[in-house]
Amino acid sequence: MSSFWSDNLPKLGQMAAAVAIFAVVLAVIFYVAGRANGKKQRPIAILVFLGPALLLLIFGLLGPAIRTLVLSFKGSQSHSWVGFSNYHWLFTDESERIVLRNTVFWILFTPIITTGLGLLLAILLDRMRRESVPKSLIFMPMAVSFVGASIVWQFVYKYANTNQPQVGLLSSISRHLGFQPSNWLLTQPLNTFLLMVVFVWSQTGFAMVILSAAIKAVPADVMEASALDGANGVRLFRWVTFPMVKSTFIVVLATMVVSTLKLFDIVRASTGGNFGTSVLSNEMYSEVFIRYDAGRGSAMAIVLFLLVIPVLIYNIRNLRRERTH
Amino acid sequence: MSLLTRNKPSKVAEPNAGRKLFGSRGATISVWIIAVLWTIPTLGLFATSLRPKAAISETGWWQLFLHPHFTLSNYTAIFSTGTVSGISNGILPYFINSFVITIPAVVFPIALATMAAYCLAWVKFKGSDAIFYGIFALQIVPIQVTLVPLLLLFGNRVSSGIHIGSVQVFPGLHIAGKFLGIWVPHTMFALPLAIYLLHNFIASLPRDLMEAAYVDGASHFMVFRKIVLPLSIPAIAAFSIFQFLWVWNDLLVALTFTGGTEGINPLNAKLAGLAGTWGSHWELLTSSAFITILVPLVVFFSLQRYFVRGLLAGSVK
Repeated sequence: MSSFWSDNLPKLGQMAAAVAIFAVVLAVIFYVAGRANGKKQRPIAILVFLGPALLLLIFGLLGPAIRTLVLSFKGSQSHSWVGFSNYHWLFTDESERIVLRNTVFWILFTPIITTGLGLLLAILLDRMRRESVPKSLIFMPMAVSFVGASIVWQFVYKYANTNQPQVGLLSSISRHLGFQPSNWLLTQPLNTFLLMVVFVWSQTGFAMVILSAAIKAVPADVMEASALDGANGVRLFRWVTFPMVKSTFIVVLATMVVSTLKLFDIVRASTGGNFGTSVLSNEMYSEVFIRYDAGRGSAMAIVLFLLVIPVLIYNIRNLRRERTH
Repeated sequence: MSLLTRNKPSKVAEPNAGRKLFGSRGATISVWIIAVLWTIPTLGLFATSLRPKAAISETGWWQLFLHPHFTLSNYTAIFSTGTVSGISNGILPYFINSFVITIPAVVFPIALATMAAYCLAWVKFKGSDAIFYGIFALQIVPIQVTLVPLLLLFGNRVSSGIHIGSVQVFPGLHIAGKFLGIWVPHTMFALPLAIYLLHNFIASLPRDLMEAAYVDGASHFMVFRKIVLPLSIPAIAAFSIFQFLWVWNDLLVALTFTGGTEGINPLNAKLAGLAGTWGSHWELLTSSAFITILVPLVVFFSLQRYFVRGLLAGSVK
């Protein structure tokens, strides 16, 4: 017991000290910089307010991104230049082709299913009373880590041999329905889709909450007028509701595309990328930290970044339009 | 129909013919079916964690509700300070690590982001808009792109630091494998989204109020402390919750920057490892997993009002 506390108390002390030092340093800088006056006041304020964040962003994101681009043209130990051969390998290697295929599957299916389901729920919620409890239940998986989610879903996908009792929910249900359950997470390419279900389960609540807010913001008189004009269920949605929440729908869809691409945890924790389930972001980690090939890993990271660029351009154009209004 | 709008009488639609057209009963039933489906997997995990080891491998977890037989022994096992199936001190040290990592990794980025957001919104200068767009764009850079160079920067070997050619232009920081080596990357990665969301909020503070203060001779530091900070509390609270969930649930940053140092490994990353090593100890794995997800669930349910509002600040116009 005592060794436990002598191991762990210092950590808590470290945490408290770090926060305290941070606060004191900020307070001192504010005090000193606040005494400046006259012409110097503005530039000093800009330096103090913006400087730390900019420095961290340059060292933490911008610089490393450029360096990764450089590394992607070098060999595994980053000693020699190899031109485009890392990229060539990525697009021609047999096993990497499965990784790319899975990545494409993920981008094609998960964002649209998640956002679509979120929209459907938002519409249904709009028509019901006492929505807060089911809304919270559906949103709850958002707070569960993807690692936690993968363990949660193991109890759905668990499989036992034919003679043993099936303790996985899916196996048990399919046996009751008269099917022979299979070893779900080993069956390709079904397993990739089963992992997508985990993502959809986790992120639908997010899409639902945001789209629900957008639907509630549609002015009542617009809906009323359309209804008086004879628009009913599907047509009302197609011609009135959807156009009014379209921009929000696309923002959520874009967010989902980015988080799908960055997705690492579900694959890592469920299958470790084995059995043909790996995706680019997981493979990149394996390449760099398990097979120690910084060149190939960097090339994968760059391809990942290139895939996100359309979303980036769309978002920036949106932002500019918003700011000029 | 008035029932539907009772919660938010001022904002939401008036009694509405369009919405009245559809039966609300069908909608209610469908939503509840999905809500129950969405809850079943988590319920399965919780039920399993309350069952004895033998029962877990013999029958499905749903049997717990047919033949109730609860035990808390799995929880006492993982929290015991003896050796638990090869893990000394159970999961408690990792639980503590998670807090030690998460709290500074929430405080640092939010303080720095609030400052930067204020500067970009109210202390405009030539190029400040370009910087704002640049920061916005950085939101989308996949963290994977930055891992290798950052690890080199944090390292303590001769080859660490930043080199141009063979000349070292910046030394290695010697923080790999320490808590500081996780706080810093989390802070870096959080800044773009934090600055963007807080900027949206701070830019919408009343102009008259700010200008009155400047005219009275208040410095930017005074305005920041006395006006911006107090008024931004809702946005800061919202982003704090978001960042707390993000850091607590993170796996990639933890795996990369703890570099296998057990002493600083957070619970979520440990859990991912245990999923392999405790393959046959489902009773330990499920109870650990439930503890891991319990903290964010408590944070989320107690503060969900702020959280949802914070998400909306950036997404719905």
